[in-house]
Amino acid sequence: MQLDAKIPVGPLAEKWDNHRFNLKLVNPANKRKYTIIVVGTGLAGGSAAATLAELGYNVKAFCYQDSPRRAHSIAAQGGINAAKNYPNDGDSIRRLFYDTVKGGDFRAREANVYRLAQISNNIIDQCVAQGIPFARDYGGLLANRSFGGAQVSRTFYARGQTGQQLLIGAYSALMRQVAEGKVNLLPRREMLDLVLVDGQARGIVARNLVSGEIESHAADAVVLATGGYGNAFFLSTNAMGSNVTAAFRAYKKGAFFANPCFTQIHPTCIPVHGSYQSKLTLMSESLRNDGRVWVPKKPGDSRSPEDIPESERDYFLEQKYPSFGNLVPRDVASRNAKEQCDMGKGVGDTKIAVYLDFTDAIKRDGRGIIEKKYGNLFEMYDKITADNPYETPMMIYPAVHYTMGGLWVDYDLMSTIPGLFVLGEANFSDHGANRLGASALMQGLADGYFIIPYTIGGYLNEMNSGPVTASHPEFQTAVTAVSDATNQLLSVNGKRTVDDFHKQLGKILWDYCGMSRNNQGLEKARKMIRDLRNEFRENVLIPGSDSEINQSLERAGRVADFLEFGELMVIDALARQESCGGHFNEAYQTEENEALRDDDNYCHVAAWEFTDADKEPLFHKEPLEFENVHLTQRSYK
Amino acid sequence: MTQTINVTLKIWRQNGPKEKGRFETFNAENISTDMSFLEMLDVVNEQLTRNGKIPIAFDHDCREGICGTCGAVINGRPHGPEKATTLCQLHMRKFKNGDTIAIEPFRAMAFRVIRDLVIDRSPLDEIIQAGGYISANTGGAPDANAIPIPQQTAETAMDAAACIGCGACVASCPNASAMLFTGAKISQLALLPQGRPEAAERAISMVRRMDRLGFGNCSNERECEAECPKEISITHIARMNREFLKASFFSSVK
Ligand SMILES: Cc1cc2nc3c(=O)[nH]c(=O)nc-3n(C[C@H](O)[C@H](O)[C@H](O)COP(=O)(O)OP(=O)(O)OC[C@H]3O[C@@H](n4cnc5c(N)ncnc54)[C@H](O)[C@@H]3O)c2cc1C
Ligand code: FES
Repeated sequence: MQLDAKIPVGPLAEKWDNHRFNLKLVNPANKRKYTIIVVGTGLAGGSAAATLAELGYNVKAFCYQDSPRRAHSIAAQGGINAAKNYPNDGDSIRRLFYDTVKGGDFRAREANVYRLAQISNNIIDQCVAQGIPFARDYGGLLANRSFGGAQVSRTFYARGQTGQQLLIGAYSALMRQVAEGKVNLLPRREMLDLVLVDGQARGIVARNLVSGEIESHAADAVVLATGGYGNAFFLSTNAMGSNVTAAFRAYKKGAFFANPCFTQIHPTCIPVHGSYQSKLTLMSESLRNDGRVWVPKKPGDSRSPEDIPESERDYFLEQKYPSFGNLVPRDVASRNAKEQCDMGKGVGDTKIAVYLDFTDAIKRDGRGIIEKKYGNLFEMYDKITADNPYETPMMIYPAVHYTMGGLWVDYDLMSTIPGLFVLGEANFSDHGANRLGASALMQGLADGYFIIPYTIGGYLNEMNSGPVTASHPEFQTAVTAVSDATNQLLSVNGKRTVDDFHKQLGKILWDYCGMSRNNQGLEKARKMIRDLRNEFRENVLIPGSDSEINQSLERAGRVADFLEFGELMVIDALARQESCGGHFNEAYQTEENEALRDDDNYCHVAAWEFTDADKEPLFHKEPLEFENVHLTQRSYK
Repeated sequence: MTQTINVTLKIWRQNGPKEKGRFETFNAENISTDMSFLEMLDVVNEQLTRNGKIPIAFDHDCREGICGTCGAVINGRPHGPEKATTLCQLHMRKFKNGDTIAIEPFRAMAFRVIRDLVIDRSPLDEIIQAGGYISANTGGAPDANAIPIPQQTAETAMDAAACIGCGACVASCPNASAMLFTGAKISQLALLPQGRPEAAERAISMVRRMDRLGFGNCSNERECEAECPKEISITHIARMNREFLKASFFSSVK
């Protein structure tokens, strides 16, 4: 089946405007009659729920944390992009658009990315109006910094806590609507199924994580903003609870999953140090503005960094990419770090790390300036490693960070299930095969504040079906299925813990479907995942019952989904016989070891349709057409 | 340098809000000093699970000290002995071989214990609902640079905005007051020009809501400031008090 993205006709710069004009408006009196479920209260879900309520819709907002303010978006450090061009350094909507398409290695939809760049400026205006204390320069105007994959300074930031500040902005707007009675807030709930009535998304089934009750919630449309699936790898920079469950269960109900193999491995994270380790900590990419990445020239050199003279150091990114230097895009920086370590030039106890060195920056700008820019990051590093980065270089290594893949959506952000919209990291839409820094926050807020409020109205006008309540038999069927699955998990009573399985799955994915991939390894991984999944079904051990707080049971449900979803990642990686962005198949590389695309055969979005557990999914494609940018081999030299 | 240590844990166990709680003792053995405190609890929980016992319930998510989900009282101190550190960022290298560590939930009249170390902090959300926002509907905002804000003002607002809403201030206060939490939000928004139009109403409404929810008063013990993982200063409480008094005496908001 050819997928129709419903991209509006007309010139690129006018598409969104024309489309908004053509969408029918819902009159204010009618908005009050509609209920919309928003699952997720991160930047995407929080901003969507607040804005939809402001417009007059009744909103039910769900998250698994105890408060919507704790969504994973809170952890974003570095910043948010916008094409404001305040520094007057040559930025424009067109340049942000072009950088994003190129950074994504030409695997994103032009029309969506252009809209994103257009909206980026409104986001900053909105956030300032909400009282977000962005960094300012001496004159009191907003400050900017630069991020990987761009040669202009377009990143707005609030110290190293940009995600926190933006999320608290969206959360405050949401709380205001709760107070007004327009949003019904349902925290400590986990969505476990999507309910369809006559083929349309009409509600969800969620577990109350305190009482264990399986609840039904009906609505006129469902918005998923449930974040990314990086935790399939067990170790990642994501929050511990981040999961694929909501998206995967929607996939099982008919929503296509797009490009699941596109995962981003972030170059600057604190390296792994022990098997007990529960997560990896990101050191913001903004550090690459001032930090210099290097390894010793000689493999196996175990002198401490101070003792290695300049002439025996290899600043490999600066050498290889003179024009972007340490600011090459993430996929390029990560692969190069791995390459150095594979050559035996890694540093530290494990030899799986490279240095990120601030000595020169401190010499040049003074410690005060560096402290002001990165103080909290340096402190965090010190807390975790007991090393002081002002005195000795940081050690970093790539880690799983972000997932470009997600549920397939059209230009309106609607999935292949009518009435199911998907926003933020949970959809696949704007970042192609690699996301540039500071653009996930931009996309989440664009989707939530400025896109869904228009497009959902268009859908509601045309959905043409009457009200549905939670007493509809489809809800009962879903509740029974969810309860049965839960009881099934609890009854196994095997020998291995949930985390034990999760760690093993993570290792398989990291080894064979991580920074670089090959067909043989992928085939092997596929079999390993299947075996592990079968063992999980027979040997998982979950203490406690389903009618109480049971954190092991919560994790078991998520890991059960990762065990099925992990195979889909591998299937997708095998189907894409090219390299692009974060998907690097060793068989396809340029002489300089860069990802080698095959635009004749793979210039498309791969979207997978669920058939049956343990059966092959069906492949669909959405061809990508580039009318405004010229496809080139990415070069950051 | 990495070492391994053995510690004895005395952990609060409580099955539900209405049930009686008690301390239970556990031995955590061969704990690497590079582990975080929560990773140490993970290790204990894995063991409990394998031995057919019920693991200890505790809340956490980011494990980076920013989401504000984690938190427990460690040997009498919210988030443990290290200054400016959340529980998830506390590392076992801060403990010695043979230490006994008491672990309890954050306690306050307004916070219910749900299970073990898991508590109900929704009253903090309710305080924000009473006015911890600027009423700016999406769309229609002026250009972000239309109103310059002195750098120092923005920085002070950011100091207040750094609050992670963990509730340690409440747990550390002898009166279980939420003044630091509430003061930080009122102060952040009062400092910024965008927040001024609603400043009076906000101060009155949030302070009243805080009182109504069962949080205590401030008697200047300064424990909150000392235990705050983000080192939020009590000068923000002072600014809140000024805003509240100004609003009570001089504004039309009552
Ligand atoms: C450490 C770190 C730093 C980052 N820094 C930056 C940066 O500087 N700039 C940038 O642009 N991007 C950054 N990113 C990426 C960015 O933070 C995320 O992509 C983005 O915040 C995702 O937002 P979201 O709203 O889509 O989802 P999330 O914020 O992940 O929110 C997901 C929501 O869904 C809920 N949820 C999930 N599953 C369920 C379920 N089954 N039932 C009910 N609720 C559920 C959760 O409770 C949560 O509320 C960073 C990411 C990390 C990990
Ligand atoms: S788990 Fe997020 S602050 Fe500790």
